[in-house]
Amino acid sequence: MNPGLYNYWIVIVLMMIGFYATIARGNLIKKIIGLNIFQTSVFYLYISMGKVSGGTAPIVGDGITSYSNPLPHVLILTAIVVGVATTALGLALVVRINEAYGTIEEDDIFSQDQAS
Amino acid sequence: MRNQMIPRVIAKFFIPMILLFGLYVQFHGDFGPGGGFQAGVIFAAAFVLYALIYGLDEAKKVARPAVVEALVALGVLIYAGTGVVSLLKGGKYLDYNVLAHDPIHGQHLGILIVELGVGVTVAAVMITIFFAFAGRGQSE
Amino acid sequence: MTEHLPILQIIVPLISAPVCVLLRRKMLTWAFSLMVSLAVLCMAAMLLQQVLESGPISYALGNWSAPWGIEYRVDVVNAFVLLLVSIIGAVVLLYAPSSVAKEIPHDRHYLFYTAYLLCLTGLLGITITGDAFNVFVFLEISALSSYMLISLGEDRRALTAAYQYLVMGTIGATFILIGIGLMYMMTGTLNMADLSSRLPSMHGSRTILVAFAFLIVGMSLKLALFPLHMWLPNAYCYAPSVVTAFLASTATKVSIYVFLRFVFTIFGVDFAFENLSLSTFLLPLSLIGIFVASTVAIFQTDIKRLLAYSSIAQIGYIMLGVGLVSATSLTGSIVHLFNHAMMKGGLFLAVGCIMLRIGSVDLADWQGLGRRMPVTMAAFVLCGLSLIGVPMTVGFVSKWYLILAALEQGLWPVALLVLMSSLLAVIYIWRVVETAYFQAPADGAAKVKEAPFLMQVSMWILTGATLFFGVSTSLTVGVAQRAAEWLLGGSQ
Repeated sequence: MNPGLYNYWIVIVLMMIGFYATIARGNLIKKIIGLNIFQTSVFYLYISMGKVSGGTAPIVGDGITSYSNPLPHVLILTAIVVGVATTALGLALVVRINEAYGTIEEDDIFSQDQAS
Repeated sequence: MRNQMIPRVIAKFFIPMILLFGLYVQFHGDFGPGGGFQAGVIFAAAFVLYALIYGLDEAKKVARPAVVEALVALGVLIYAGTGVVSLLKGGKYLDYNVLAHDPIHGQHLGILIVELGVGVTVAAVMITIFFAFAGRGQSE
Repeated sequence: MTEHLPILQIIVPLISAPVCVLLRRKMLTWAFSLMVSLAVLCMAAMLLQQVLESGPISYALGNWSAPWGIEYRVDVVNAFVLLLVSIIGAVVLLYAPSSVAKEIPHDRHYLFYTAYLLCLTGLLGITITGDAFNVFVFLEISALSSYMLISLGEDRRALTAAYQYLVMGTIGATFILIGIGLMYMMTGTLNMADLSSRLPSMHGSRTILVAFAFLIVGMSLKLALFPLHMWLPNAYCYAPSVVTAFLASTATKVSIYVFLRFVFTIFGVDFAFENLSLSTFLLPLSLIGIFVASTVAIFQTDIKRLLAYSSIAQIGYIMLGVGLVSATSLTGSIVHLFNHAMMKGGLFLAVGCIMLRIGSVDLADWQGLGRRMPVTMAAFVLCGLSLIGVPMTVGFVSKWYLILAALEQGLWPVALLVLMSSLLAVIYIWRVVETAYFQAPADGAAKVKEAPFLMQVSMWILTGATLFFGVSTSLTVGVAQRAAEWLLGGSQ
C-alpha cells in the first residue's frame, strides 16, 4: 500500500459506496444520493491526476514557476454542472412520482403498477 | 419566518453582501477561483434566502418567473452569440482574437462576456428550480 | 460559409433552443423548429457531399488547433450518421403538431420543442466532434433532454420510466467519463486523432485496459446491448409517440457510432479484437440479445413494447456485424444503422397515428384496424415486412450483408441463427397483421378517419425510404462500404 496513492484509494472507496447505494437501495432519493457520490468520486480521480508535484494552483502569479495542470479542473467544472443538472432533473421526477403514486419506495411503486 | 426578528434583520444585512460577493466571484474568474457557474449559484442563493425569510410570493414579486425564464434563454444566447460575432468578424467560431483591436484584449473581452452569459443562465436556472420545487404542495 | 459548415451544424439548433423558450406560442415554436431542422438537414447533406468528394473535414473551434483545442472532424462515418439524425429530426418534427397537441398539456408545448432541439443538438454534437471529452458533454446534453422528453408521457409510468433511464444512463455516462479520464491520464491528450496515435505504444498498460473496459461497459449501456437493455422497453413504451419515434431512430444509433469510433479509431482493430478478443464478448451477447428480445416481443400485447423489444433485437444484429470485424459485416452494420432508423421511425410514426385516432396501443383494441384505417396499417405492414427482411426492402439489404459476412468467415451457424431470428420477427409481425386484417372490429368500435395529412406525409416518407433504399442501394451501401473500409483502415 503506497501512501502516495492515497487519493486513488479514496476514489475507489467512494465509487463503490455510491454505486452500491444506487443499485441496492430501493428509496428513489437514496439512489440519487448514491449517484451523486459516484460522480463525486470521478471528480476526485480527475483532480488527483492533474496535480503536478511541487505545483501550485493554476492561477498566474508573480515568481511562481510550476503550476498544476488546469485542464482537469476545467473538465471537472463541466462535469459538476452536468451532475447538478442530473440531480435537479432526478429530484423533479421524484417529486412528481411522489405526487402520482404517493410513495417513493421502489417496491411500493412496482406493486402499485402490477395491481393496476 | 417574517415574524422572527433575528433572521429577518440578519437576512436584510446579508442579502446585498451575498449579491456583491457573487458579482465579485463572477468578474474575478481570471485572477482567482471563480467564474460563471460559481457566481451564478452564489447570486441565486441570495434570492433563495430572501424567499426563505419573506415567503415565496414576495420572492416571486422580486424575481418574476416569466422574466427569470427569459433570462435563462438570454444567457445561453449571449454565450452562443459571442461565437457568432466571432464568425461574422472573420474568425472561427468562439475565436476571441478577432473580437477587439488586438488578440490580448480580444481574449479578455471574450472570456468576460461568455462568463457573463454563463452566470446569468446559471443564476436564473437555480432560481427557477427553487421556485419550481418550493411552489409544489403549496396550492394543496 | 461552407468552411464553417461543421460548426453551423451544431450552433443553429443550439441557438434555436433558447429562442424557442422566448417565443412562447405553440404554432410559432413548431414552425420555427421545423425551419431549423430543415436547415440542419441541408447542412448535413452538404457535409456528406463535401466529405465524399474531398475527404475528411477538420474545424478547429476558437482557432486553437488540435490537439490543444477542440476539433470537429467529419469523415465518411460521421457524415452518414449526421445525415441520418437530421433526416429523422426533420421528418418527426413535421409529424409533431397534431400528436403533441393530443398527448402533452398545451402550456408545455414550447418547452417540448426546446427540449427536442436540445436533444437534436446533443446527438449531432456527439457525432461531429473529434474530441473525447466533448463526446461526454454532448452525450449528457442529449441524455438530459431525452429524460425530460420521456417524462412528458401521459401515463404516470412515464415518470418511473424516465427515472430508471436517468439512473442507468447516468451510470453509463459516468463510466464513459472514467474511461476518458484514465486515457487522458496515460496519454495527456483528449483529441481522438492524437489518442489513436499515442495509444499503440501503451498497449500493455493496465490503465489502458481498465479504461477500455469502462468505456465498453458505459457505451453498451447507452446502446442497449443485451444484458444492459432494461431501460429501453419502459422508456419507449410510456413516452409520447413523437418522442418514441425520434429516440428509437436516433439515440441508440448515435451510441453505436460512439462505440465504433472509440473501438476502431481510437483503440484500433489490433488492440480491441486481436489483443483482447472483443468478438468473444460481442458475438454471444448480440446473438442472445437477438433471440431473447425477439421471443419476448412475441408475447407482448402492447404494440409499443413489442416494437421496443424488436429494437433491442435489431441492435443485436448491428453489434453482431461489429463483432464479426470484416469489411462486409461492418458495411452491414453501418447500413443497418440507417435502415433500422427508417423502419423503426416509420413503425412508431404509424403507431402514433393510430394512437391519435383510437387512443390505444393495446393489441386487443386494434381489431379490424386494417379496414378502419387502411392507409396507416398499410404503412405499418410495409415497415414490418422490412423488419422481417423481405427482399426489395431495406431490412433485406442489411441481413444480406450480415449473412454474407458470416459465411465469408466460415461461421455458418451464425448465418443460420440470423435466418432463424427472422422467423421470430415473422411471428410477431403476423400477430399484428392478423388482428388488424383478419378480425372483425369489436362491436361499438367508433368509425375513425385516417390521421391528419402532415402525419401521414411523414409516415410515408419513412416507409417510402424503406422501400426506395431497399431497391436502389447505391447511396446507402456505397457510403457504408466507404465508412467500413475507413474504420478498418485505421487511418486518419
